Amino acid sequence: MELNSIEKLLEKYENAETSLKEEALLKDYFSNNTVPTHLQEYKLIFNYFSESKTEQFTKTIPLKRKTSKVWWLSIAASIALVFSVYFMNDAGFDKITPSEQQEAALAFKETQKAFQLISKNLNKGENIAMSGLSEFEKAQNKVFKK
Amino acid sequence: MKQAEFLNTVLPLKDKVFRLAKRLLVSTDEAEDATQELYFKLWKNKKKLGEYKNVEAFAMTMTKNYCLDQLKAKRSNNLKLVHSNYADDTISLQRELELKDSVSKVHQLIEKLPAKQKMIIQLRDVENYEYDEIGKILDLQPTAVRVALSRARKTIREQLIKQHNYGIK
Repeated sequence: MELNSIEKLLEKYENAETSLKEEALLKDYFSNNTVPTHLQEYKLIFNYFSESKTEQFTKTIPLKRKTSKVWWLSIAASIALVFSVYFMNDAGFDKITPSEQQEAALAFKETQKAFQLISKNLNKGENIAMSGLSEFEKAQNKVFKK
Repeated sequence: MKQAEFLNTVLPLKDKVFRLAKRLLVSTDEAEDATQELYFKLWKNKKKLGEYKNVEAFAMTMTKNYCLDQLKAKRSNNLKLVHSNYADDTISLQRELELKDSVSKVHQLIEKLPAKQKMIIQLRDVENYEYDEIGKILDLQPTAVRVALSRARKTIREQLIKQHNYGIK
């Protein structure tokens, strides 16, 4: 192509008035021909654009995430938990023999006794403390001479 | 949209998505992460994808929005490394060095442009989209696209000439 028409195209290119076809022509011209010095900048620019277009995405694209596996695991774990609680109930806690019941009642009585003992002693302590308090009040009245 | 359709229509866009992401995010690693994230999102919404008339424009818009969000989050602020590994073993070493130098010069100049002009340059001059397609992707009027593009092209050339004549004039 003549230099004249290239220069005209370049002016249009700078004003963003060129069509894609004309731009392809320019790209072609600057990649093949030896370019006059006053248009050297365009050669750099167009070469850069053609080079940029060759760059490719090389990594793989994972469409499924690892989270799905964890999701399944959590469900499996919860099912296992429910089943284990269910079977433990079946096996152990429902069958209480009469002798075991008696033992439990005995233990209950013993603990009640122990608690009552503790509460009695606590009440004693409280009474002593209250009497001590009244002594203190007497002393206070003496000091302030009511 | 089914898997086969997805593979045929959306997957071939991966290079374009990656290049736009890299233009905005600068670092290759960030761009790769962004591309993977975007494809995961697209895949999750594959049922809705069939409703869009222009899936390509939709994917590119998503890329733009995602990258701008990333930039806003300033997560990528400490990753300002410029990668220019343009592999080409056909030309001689000196020629390659020369080319790399000048090519990365243009790269740096584009990097200094505002985000909008960057995206338009990328979409028009690298990916060769039509003006109204770019308008759809970036949600702009085609005339606004032309104005910004013209401004960007002029800036790049003026800066190149300035650098070229540095110390001479």
